Amino acid sequence: MTTIVETVSPEVAPVTTTERNTQPGHTRPALLMLAPFLILYVLFIIGPTLYMVLMSFFDGSLTESGLGKFGGFGNYAEAFGSADFWSSMWHTLWFTILTTPPLVVLALFFALLANRVARGRAFFRLAFFLPYVLPSAVVALVWIWLYTPEIGLLSKIVTTFGFAEPNWLGSPSLAMWSLAITTVWWTLGFNFVLFLAGLQDIPRDLYEASSIDGATPWQQIWRITIPLLNRTTALVIVLQVIASLKVFDQMYIMTSGGPNYSTRSMLQYVYDLGFTDLRTGYAAAASTVFFVLVLAISTVWVVLTRRQEQRF
Amino acid sequence: MTTVAPPPVTQASIDRRTKLFNRICAGVLVAFAIIWLVPILWTVDTALKPNAETTETTWLIHHPTLESFRTLLAQGDVWNWYATSFITSALTAAATVIVASMAGFALSRMRFRYRWLVFWFVLIGIMIPQQVLIVPQFREFSAWGLLNTYWAVILPQIPTAIAVFIFKQFFDGLPRDLDEAARVDGAGFFRTYWRVVMPLSRPVVSAVAIFTFVWSWNNLLWPLLVMSNPKLMTIPVGLATVQGTYGIRYADTMASAILGALPLVLLFLFFQRRIVEGIAGTGLKG
Repeated sequence: MTTIVETVSPEVAPVTTTERNTQPGHTRPALLMLAPFLILYVLFIIGPTLYMVLMSFFDGSLTESGLGKFGGFGNYAEAFGSADFWSSMWHTLWFTILTTPPLVVLALFFALLANRVARGRAFFRLAFFLPYVLPSAVVALVWIWLYTPEIGLLSKIVTTFGFAEPNWLGSPSLAMWSLAITTVWWTLGFNFVLFLAGLQDIPRDLYEASSIDGATPWQQIWRITIPLLNRTTALVIVLQVIASLKVFDQMYIMTSGGPNYSTRSMLQYVYDLGFTDLRTGYAAAASTVFFVLVLAISTVWVVLTRRQEQRF
Repeated sequence: MTTVAPPPVTQASIDRRTKLFNRICAGVLVAFAIIWLVPILWTVDTALKPNAETTETTWLIHHPTLESFRTLLAQGDVWNWYATSFITSALTAAATVIVASMAGFALSRMRFRYRWLVFWFVLIGIMIPQQVLIVPQFREFSAWGLLNTYWAVILPQIPTAIAVFIFKQFFDGLPRDLDEAARVDGAGFFRTYWRVVMPLSRPVVSAVAIFTFVWSWNNLLWPLLVMSNPKLMTIPVGLATVQGTYGIRYADTMASAILGALPLVLLFLFFQRRIVEGIAGTGLKG
C-alpha cells in the first residue's frame, strides 16, 4: 500500500495544482479553440433563449418584423388564464405519466432477463433497439397502419379475441393511450441499453457468493441487482421524463393533436400559436413557461450525472 | 407440494433451479422480442403486396411485388428528400464533431483564464431544450433570409453542449504524457489536439458522429418549420407531409416508410456495437 502511495503522489501533486491555476500562454489559444463552438452556441442557443424571454413581453406577430407593442406580463396572464394552455400542459403531463412507468419498468425487466440469457444478445438488441433509430415519421406511418379501423393488424387481433374493436386514434379518451403504446415500442430500446450497461457494472462474484449462501435467483434480483442499479434507474427516469415532456412528433403526425384537441401537446400548442395563429409574442410566453418546467427537471439530471462523475 | 418437507438445499439443487429460472427468462424474453418485431415484419409484409391486396389483413402475400417501391422511386421526391437528409445530417455530424471536440480539448487540457466561467456557461446548454426555442430561432432565420436553405437545418443543430462534455470526459481519461511530450517537442495546442489527441479518440468521435447523424436525420419539428419547399424537405418532413396523400394505398405508404428507414437501419446494422457502447458509455439522449 505505502509503496503505491509513494510512487503515485509525486505525479499527482503537480497535476492538482495545475488544475486550479491558469497558465501563461494558455488563454489565447484556448479561446481560439473554443470560439467556433461558443459563437454558434451564443447565436443559436443562448441568444434565442434570451430573445424568447424578451419576445414574451411584447405582442409580436409572425407577419411583421420586430418585437411589436410592449405588453408587460399580458401574455403570461393570458396563458395562465387560457383553458387551451392548461389542457395542452395536462396532455403533456398525462403523456409523461402514461409513458414513463412502462418505459422504465419494462426496459428494466427486459434487461434483467437479457442479462440472464447467455446466447442471442445480438438478436435482443436488434429487436428492442432497432425501433429507436427509426425516424418518428416512419414509426407514425407504421402505427397508423396497425391502428387502421377494421383492416389494421392490431384491430384485427383484438377482434379475433372477441373484443369490440377499439377506435384507437379516433376516440378522445383512447387516442393518448394509443400514442403511448406506440412510444413505448419506439423508444424502449434506449432505456434497455442503459440498463444493460448498468447491469454489466455489477460484480459477478456478488451473485456467486450469494448463490453459495443459498439465495434464489429471485432473491438475487431483489436484494442485489435492483439496489445496485439505483443510480442507473434514477438516470433513466429523469431522462425519460425530459424526453416525454418534449413530445411533439407522434401527436403531430398521428392525430394532429386531435380528436378535438385531446392529444395536443405543449410543443404543438406553441407551434399552433406561433405558426398558425402567427402570435409569436404569446407563443414565446407559453414557450418560456414550458422552458422553465423542463429546465427544472434537467437540473436534476445534471446534478445526478455530475455527482456520478465525481465518484470516479 | 403441500405436505412434502422441503428438500435439503444442495449446490446441485441450486444449480438446477437457476438453470430452470434462466430458461424461463429466455422464453419470456424471446416472446417479447417477437412482439417487438411484429410491427416491422408487418410493414415489410404490407409493402410487398399489391395495394389492392392490403385490405385482407393476412400475412400471406398472394402476388408479391416491388411495384410500390418502383412507383415511389419513379416519382422522384424521395430522391430529393434523401439528398437533403444526407447533406444536412452529414454536415451537422461533421461540424459537431470538430467544433465540440475543440471546445472539449480546451476545457480538458488548457488552463486558461475564466475556465470555470466557460465551463458553467456551456453546462447550462445541456439543460436547454432546443425544441422550445422554435419561435425565436425561426424569427432569426427568417430575418437572415435563410429559410429553405440547408443552413437553416444545419446551423442550430451544431452547438450541442452535451457533445462538448462527452469529448471533455473522454480527453480527461487519456494519459497526459503523450500530449505533454508533443508539447515539449514544440507542437502547439492545435497540433497536439489534431495529431495526438484526436487520433486516440476514434471511439468517442464515431459515437458522437453517429448519434448526431441519427438525431439530425430524425429531427422533425425544426426542418418542418424551415423547409416548406417540397424539393428541399428532409425524409421525416416529406413522409409526414405526404402521409395523407397516399389515401388507402397502404402498400405505397409502407414502402415509403421502409425507404425512409432504410439508411438508418443500415447504419444501425453496421455500427450496432458502436451505437450501443456509445449510449452505455455516455448516457446521452437527444
